[in-house]
Amino acid sequence: MTSRWPLRRYTAASQLPPVPFGTSGTGAKASWRTLTPVILLEKCTRCNQCWKFCPDVAIDFDREGWPVIQHEWCKGCGICAAVCVPGAIALEREG
Amino acid sequence: MVLVPISGNAAQAYAARLARVAVVAAYPITPQTSIIEKIEEYLNDGTMKAQYLHVESEHSAMAACIAASAAGVRTYTASSSQGVALMHELLHWASGARAPVVMGVVNRAMAMPWSVWTDHADTISQRDTGWMQFYAASNQEVLDTVIMAFRLAEEPEVLLPAMVMEDAFYLSHTVEAVELPGQDAVDAFLPPFVNPWRLDVERPGHLGGLMGPDLYMEHRYNTARGMERALALLPELEEEFRRRFGRDLGGPLNLYRTEGADAVLVAMGTIASTAKDVVDRMREEGHAVGLAQLRVFRPFPVEELRELARDAARIGVVDRSFTYGAAGAAFTEVCGALYHAPVRPWVKGFIAGVGGRDVTPAAIEGMFRSLLEERGPEVEWVDLRKYAHATEVNVRG
Amino acid sequence: MARLTIPREEWMKPGHLACPGCAATLAMRYLLKGLGPRTIVAIPACCWAVMSGPFPGSALKVPMIDCAFETTGATVSGLRAALDEQGTPDVTVVGFAGDGGTVDIGLQALSGMLERRTDAIYVMYDNEAYMNTGVQRSGATPYGAWTTTTLGGKPERKKDIMAIVLAHDVPYAATVSVAFPEDFVRKVQRARDVRGPRFFHVLTPCPPGWRYPSERTVELARLAVDTKVFPLYEVDGGTWKISRMPPKGRSVREYLDAQGRFRHLTDEDVVRIQEDVDTRWEDLVARATPPS
Repeated sequence: MTSRWPLRRYTAASQLPPVPFGTSGTGAKASWRTLTPVILLEKCTRCNQCWKFCPDVAIDFDREGWPVIQHEWCKGCGICAAVCVPGAIALEREG
Repeated sequence: MVLVPISGNAAQAYAARLARVAVVAAYPITPQTSIIEKIEEYLNDGTMKAQYLHVESEHSAMAACIAASAAGVRTYTASSSQGVALMHELLHWASGARAPVVMGVVNRAMAMPWSVWTDHADTISQRDTGWMQFYAASNQEVLDTVIMAFRLAEEPEVLLPAMVMEDAFYLSHTVEAVELPGQDAVDAFLPPFVNPWRLDVERPGHLGGLMGPDLYMEHRYNTARGMERALALLPELEEEFRRRFGRDLGGPLNLYRTEGADAVLVAMGTIASTAKDVVDRMREEGHAVGLAQLRVFRPFPVEELRELARDAARIGVVDRSFTYGAAGAAFTEVCGALYHAPVRPWVKGFIAGVGGRDVTPAAIEGMFRSLLEERGPEVEWVDLRKYAHATEVNVRG
Repeated sequence: MARLTIPREEWMKPGHLACPGCAATLAMRYLLKGLGPRTIVAIPACCWAVMSGPFPGSALKVPMIDCAFETTGATVSGLRAALDEQGTPDVTVVGFAGDGGTVDIGLQALSGMLERRTDAIYVMYDNEAYMNTGVQRSGATPYGAWTTTTLGGKPERKKDIMAIVLAHDVPYAATVSVAFPEDFVRKVQRARDVRGPRFFHVLTPCPPGWRYPSERTVELARLAVDTKVFPLYEVDGGTWKISRMPPKGRSVREYLDAQGRFRHLTDEDVVRIQEDVDTRWEDLVARATPPS
């Protein structure tokens, strides 16, 4: 899966900007996870608390407002599951 | 041609004004204070337009200058001795950030013990920080070199900060006749500063993020290349300066009567200007002596020194500081430059004028004589009052 | 979908290098939601200096400069001066520094920035120790907390940064919390309209440093407010306003028990902490108006 914000790689001094000025992305963080959040849509009320409290900007909405976990970025911290009022997020062990 | 009598500090301030600096962040320290006071006068009477930040330390002064430069404007500050030392970590920061800040430094001895008199230890101590370093020997040179420093620092292939030195009190507080360039001529020589890497909400980026071992060395290499380019560009910029302002700055190693010299003294700052008079007098007496004023310490003019070595049979190097190494810093660097020279002269190092001790024409003549006679030791402390034991310190002097 | 109570747009990218469950990232996220894209952020040595990179990456969609540890206040003054000279007064300058970089090594530069009335926002995100270097105590570490340099619990109390800032007569200062994003964003938007130096103190719970599981970050931030350890208030033009009245009868013990760094506290310690919290709360209530 290609990252929307890949980390740019430099391989020679001549490629480097003279000033240490970086504009690239930071690379995917999926490999950090040990637990993965799974949205239980049947319990979800679309209250958007999970989106609001995600420290990794790893939750987005689909067109109807259902939350979608961005697995490329999610670190599995579990905050979304903890703040979910109806308990609609389960944390599962990574395969 | 209009000559005005101004001090070295006033020359610094006037140059900063002519350069149209946009931000000045500075903290008072003797003997720099009249630089910032003069700038405040200019801001107050409207002859200069800039933001002046009354920072609460020199460390903050340099931080503010780096930030302002990163945001894309021309910046200036000035300091001395302890203030320069306090900035030390940020001097590294500025050169690594490739921020073309210009700083005037009034060379003053480092504490302990406390001193306000002239000595180069403050800036010699900073020779490793990636700043270009210029030592002026007259107030005219102070003014001209500050303007040149901005131009050189902002060259896209250079992009390095620069410090312009003047000896405390001998230049800072002594009035000399200086020709003031016109604003138009300076504007033509020094176009507005455009920083292609500036912090800009239209083109966001991250300046200074953690750089790993896979890239840091390359960044340092590129910065080193910038320093090399400065030396390569200097002749053409000085030629342009000469055309516009009618003055020859003399290159990184300004040679005075060194043709066919039996002994040449290499010196920085006012020791060099005094030495020129001694050269004239000794030449009249039939001694073939000459003076090489080391104007640019960083980047260090290796080729120019090797060229000098072809002609001069004996070279003495005066350090107005002592850096606890094998010898004085300038002497060590000259020896380093000459080690691989096709022709290697007889060399000697002098430690003189430390802590503001006056370097008299007689002392300089003594240095020339010791060179002509090839008299050791390899490093000689000039005019030192030797005390065998503390109880012999004679307060009467 | 329920109506969004904070702005939708993100000015922080995903993929920063923060620990899972880091509150400091929530703080930055809410700050930038309140300020928008015409913002430049200065970050000294702190966790965020690492999270934001490494080179050539940038975790933010707004320009950012790394500055030396002591220098946030001075850097912010330099940025503001440059922007004013360039004629872009509408760009907000922000200094975003940790507790150590503010109350200890950065205090001088902060004081200078405030005294100079620099038109900028300074945010101190407070995880109550030098977390980036591995959990050493700072001047903001609270009484009794374990850190690697206070193994038996810190004997001194926490520096009161809000009192220090307010002693400089600033036009706006406030405490904000990652557990109350609406209040956070509202205050940021209010501050954006104020001219002069503005200050935010945000308590940012830290899973590895405070010793608790990462999913409880928002809960802990809320507990800090509701047990009155970290009251939410603002001082706007000299007027003190409490932002949230905590529910009655919540003991600090709830807050302390949730964190491993307080595990060794004795009952006397807890009493002392409760007394301290109560005294400070009473002082606040005496000088502030309750929320409307």
